[in-house]
Amino acid sequence: MASFFKHLRYILTENPVTLVAGSLFMLFVLLAILGPAIAPYDHLASNGERTLQAPSWAHWFGTDQLGRDVLSRVIVATRLDLAIAAAAVALSFGIGSVLGAAAGFYGRWVDGVVGRISDTVMAFPLFVLAMGIVAALGNTVENIVYATAIINLPFYARVARAEVNIRRNAGFVQAARLSGNGDVRILLTQLYPNVLPPLMVQVSLNMGWAILNAAGLSFIGLGVRPPTAEWGIMVAEGATYIVSGEWWLALFPGAALMLAVFCFNLLGDGLRDLVDPLRRT
Amino acid sequence: MTDTPLPFLSVSDLSVEFRTRGGVVRALHDVSMHLAKGEILGVVGESGSGKSVTAYTVTGLLDAAGRIAGGRTVYDGIDLTGATEAQRRELRGGEISMIFQNPRAALNPIRAVGRQIEDVLREHASATRQNAKARAIEMLKRVKIVDPERRYHSYPFELSGGMCQRVMIAIALACRPRLLIADEPTTGLDVTTQKATMDLMTELARERDMAVLLITHDLGLAAQYCNRIVVMQTGRVVEAGAVRDLFTRPEHPYTKGLIAASPGPHSRLQDLTPATGETAATAAVSASRAVLEHMDGRPLLKVTDLVKEYPQSALVGGFASLLGRGKAAEEAPAAFRAVDGISFQVMPGESVGLVGESGCGKSTTSSMITRLLDLTSGSIEFDGEDIGAIPAKNFARLPQRRAIQMVFQDPTDSLNPRFSAFDAIADPLRRLDGMRGGAELRARVEELARQVGLPVDLLGRLPHQLSGGQKARVGIARAIAVKPRLLILDEPTSALDVSVQAVVLQLLDRLRRELGMAYIFVSHDLNVVRLLCERVIVMNRGRIVEEGEADAILRDPRDSYTRTLVQAIPHFDPEAMERSAAV
Repeated sequence: MASFFKHLRYILTENPVTLVAGSLFMLFVLLAILGPAIAPYDHLASNGERTLQAPSWAHWFGTDQLGRDVLSRVIVATRLDLAIAAAAVALSFGIGSVLGAAAGFYGRWVDGVVGRISDTVMAFPLFVLAMGIVAALGNTVENIVYATAIINLPFYARVARAEVNIRRNAGFVQAARLSGNGDVRILLTQLYPNVLPPLMVQVSLNMGWAILNAAGLSFIGLGVRPPTAEWGIMVAEGATYIVSGEWWLALFPGAALMLAVFCFNLLGDGLRDLVDPLRRT
Repeated sequence: MTDTPLPFLSVSDLSVEFRTRGGVVRALHDVSMHLAKGEILGVVGESGSGKSVTAYTVTGLLDAAGRIAGGRTVYDGIDLTGATEAQRRELRGGEISMIFQNPRAALNPIRAVGRQIEDVLREHASATRQNAKARAIEMLKRVKIVDPERRYHSYPFELSGGMCQRVMIAIALACRPRLLIADEPTTGLDVTTQKATMDLMTELARERDMAVLLITHDLGLAAQYCNRIVVMQTGRVVEAGAVRDLFTRPEHPYTKGLIAASPGPHSRLQDLTPATGETAATAAVSASRAVLEHMDGRPLLKVTDLVKEYPQSALVGGFASLLGRGKAAEEAPAAFRAVDGISFQVMPGESVGLVGESGCGKSTTSSMITRLLDLTSGSIEFDGEDIGAIPAKNFARLPQRRAIQMVFQDPTDSLNPRFSAFDAIADPLRRLDGMRGGAELRARVEELARQVGLPVDLLGRLPHQLSGGQKARVGIARAIAVKPRLLILDEPTSALDVSVQAVVLQLLDRLRRELGMAYIFVSHDLNVVRLLCERVIVMNRGRIVEEGEADAILRDPRDSYTRTLVQAIPHFDPEAMERSAAV
């Protein structure tokens, strides 16, 4: 464990970009965990006297049409947005990487089936798929998670397939066969762990997309519904006020969204360095 | 030649540093060497000796992390250390040329080889658009490529490794450089191809009075082709001298060790390293025991008419079969026979060498015997039971699995990068011996580590934290963990330095005696095989061409292919040197 932290420190100090991304990530995680506890106001409490006020010392990000504090709502929304994205990514990571690894290992018809499924999913627009799922199963946050997970599945399947495929005849796989390991065990204990580093990069990039996807879906009114605080909805609600000059309603949640996506995109390389044993000395 | 007042290339007190995670590492310490016009200088050393760094510094291709910390290199009166990048670019290719280790990687895969030769010619303005093609074809002819007009349009993947290296030589020599740097030009090539390539290179060098800096780990190769040799160790030049002096009167202990560790046609296993006592004492015992076991009569392994065929069109993959196009594969032209009806026997405790060049079917044969690959026809009887009939897929669960184990060619590739040395060795114990962790498992793994000479405190390390020799030991420990009766060694030392190879060979010999295993030693190097094996089987194009006692075959090969193979092995041969000196 101590060596892990030493390694972590090395990675952070070696590459300033990783350090910036790591700090941003920690900030978002803190906001998600503490959320309502550190928000200056109740994110749901409306105040008829203070509607649509521009940013001030009392309300750093201003207030919205119901007099709610935008800063508090942006902070509280972090938890929901990250949770949707994380759940979706975890689902697509788990299912996609296993399917892809199996396709790369067994080849033949498994590869064919998984490959064609990925192609089909990739050709499917997210919003159409999400609307279909919502229409069939109901407008809940879980269904948004499923839609996002399905859309991101092919990325993991493809990376895992390629990585397993180049290693399936490696010496250590043959050696594992000689040691009496069956196919399934070889795939799970020998090959799968070696696929993790490139998948980690994918996870990080994908987190950014998943946050955008979730926000996009709630922007068009799927999944999360008002008055829940969520970046996508806040941007959607604020958009109607931009023409009349109340820019802060859409800008601040939009900026939070952008920062989060930016942070996860930068984090990829650092994450790979962290899980790749070859970088550890 | 060496008396010329001003050497053609002189490297004096060169020091190079690399910036790394662990701080600044000095790769070269005050390296000095000089090279006269038309001279072939061999730079010999093991991995990490700094021989390649020297070459890269001379050509100015040093890695971005590297920095020249001191000293200078002067080429024909031009100070290379102080030269600008533009000046160096002018020299590179035109005056100084380089041949790289892996010809396939050094050639552009999507450009016809003829065009790549043209590129160099045009770049250095030694050909015009009109005559470039003719010049390129002429170069191909010079490097003895058959049918150069047709090969001009070939892509690197269509050529064999040896042909690729010839194209590389053609590119390197296209602009008539006066200095050629060859960085391990024949590593990875078969011995016969190596001989052809080296003969060609030296012939062209002599013809053009070109100086050659030959970087190699192979002392035999350097001895045969160089005028002088510089021996390097951990970034320092330890000895330099004419080939004959160096071999007959080596002064530095490292040079002595290196010469001793390089197996020649007359060396014995115990001579490879300074005597440890252990090897000499047990040798006599082993011989008598081996004989006793051979008397038994019943072979441990009996291979009869073994055939492996591959369908010609291997590109028909999952997609075609999914669409029911599997028939197309069946209609493909005649199958390629990788192994074409071979038969042989291995006695218990016997060590048999399986020798041949790449593509001769020796690896396919060993894969079939280890039951990693299904055979097309024939039979493999192990201990009286036909194991060839059992599909490779099911073999992992059978009791015979533990009796046949294997040591792989590349110790790096054969260890899972995410498994520690302990886990790698413990894997067969867990799977085949049902050891479920705890003290028993740890004790057994530590016992194995001691047996193969791996320090026990290294067991927690991951493969990339181990040296090549240590990784080889882990691979051997894993293979012997379940006490196999037949161990297949697939070129176990080809990726190792000679001094490490010597130790590993001795280790393998000791283990065979201690554990009474039978070996099938697969290799392309007859000299190495001879050290470890009593009997040798020579394979060529999927067939056995010669079989017999190891020493007898080396001394007096009957088959013409075996003869070529034996003659192609480079070694220090004083008589041959005299002959060439006379010419």
